[in-house]
Amino acid sequence: MTVPLTLLGLLEREPSHGYDLKRDYDAFFGRGKPLSFGQVYSTLSRLTRDGKVVVSEVGPGEGPDRKRYVITDTGATEVSTWLTQPVEPEPHLQTTLFAKVTLSLMLGRPAEEYLDRQRTAHLQRMRELTELKRSGELVDALLADHGLFHLEADLRWIELTASRLDALAREVTK
Amino acid sequence: MSLLSARGVTLSFGTTPALRGADLTVAAGEILAIMGPSGSGKSTLLHCLAGILVPDEGEIHCDGQRIDTLGENGRSELRREKFGFVFQFGQLVPELTAEENVALPLLLNGVKRAEAVRQARAWFPRLGLDGLGHRRSGELSGGQAQRVALARGMVARPRVLFADEPTGSLDSLTGEQVMGLMVDTAREEGTTVVVVTHEPRVAAYADREVTVRDGKVHGVSMETVGAS
Repeated sequence: MTVPLTLLGLLEREPSHGYDLKRDYDAFFGRGKPLSFGQVYSTLSRLTRDGKVVVSEVGPGEGPDRKRYVITDTGATEVSTWLTQPVEPEPHLQTTLFAKVTLSLMLGRPAEEYLDRQRTAHLQRMRELTELKRSGELVDALLADHGLFHLEADLRWIELTASRLDALAREVTK
Repeated sequence: MSLLSARGVTLSFGTTPALRGADLTVAAGEILAIMGPSGSGKSTLLHCLAGILVPDEGEIHCDGQRIDTLGENGRSELRREKFGFVFQFGQLVPELTAEENVALPLLLNGVKRAEAVRQARAWFPRLGLDGLGHRRSGELSGGQAQRVALARGMVARPRVLFADEPTGSLDSLTGEQVMGLMVDTAREEGTTVVVVTHEPRVAAYADREVTVRDGKVHGVSMETVGAS
């Protein structure tokens, strides 16, 4: 859901060709996950079909495409609504981490060793993000911080779970 | 190459065991984070590595020298000459200016006052402390005081900098600034750093982390970690 609305938001900033839109998306939001041209054009096609975008003219842009897309009032209203609504806070109770720990205990496998490895993997990723934060622009730093805080939350859960493994083992094997 | 190592280190406070056979090796130039929950023994391990505490059993080696068998004077000399320290709270001498605080380790090592102050001053612009040399600790913000403490820990160009929860009293952003400066200056000087922290975001500045749990060191090398 984020990609169409983000593209729509970029179009609210200024009308754009598909090629330029992809370039701007990748620069600000891609962060190692650039959009494919196919995804950009299929999304623009859907937005056009739904009346959120219109093709204003056919002329040269920086890329090979010639269509210039303009956001409609319907599209602008949708962006406005999206930007003011909070994201649903999801508890993530059934995460992979939870499933791995619980299954390990059920099967009599060493859950503590798994948690140690997971902690190390999480910290390695945090090191990479910290490096990105220190060497990149402010936009990179903000994105890295978002990742770091989520990883930190996982690590807190890992520590708490590690200290409760015996009790959890009794719970899931009775 | 290993600069610092602990082998089978055991230490109890009265009848309460703090370390139960802790093993650890720190390479020269490495930045190592020691993590663990409260009461796990991580600060006790740091104090043993730094020659502040003497283990009941086991061995501590630094730079090819066994240090746990040294007397109090020998360990004190070792700490002055080879180690620097940054702690969480109350480490600056309130009666001294920031500049005098930084010069203190050099003065204790016998460096003449003028030279000690000259070397101390050189750290102020490096750590973003320009113009604060004449302030006393009460006139510094928490982040400024911690940067002064970092300068004091590094001024004598120690082989190892020991930091015990160095960002524990700072807000998140200030703490990260201090960690960034600590890592940068340590790399520039080739100083090994051992930092005790319970904060993953602080540990993420280190090259490697180990966890102390129930008085033992747990660490997994990255080679054995595969995401799935």
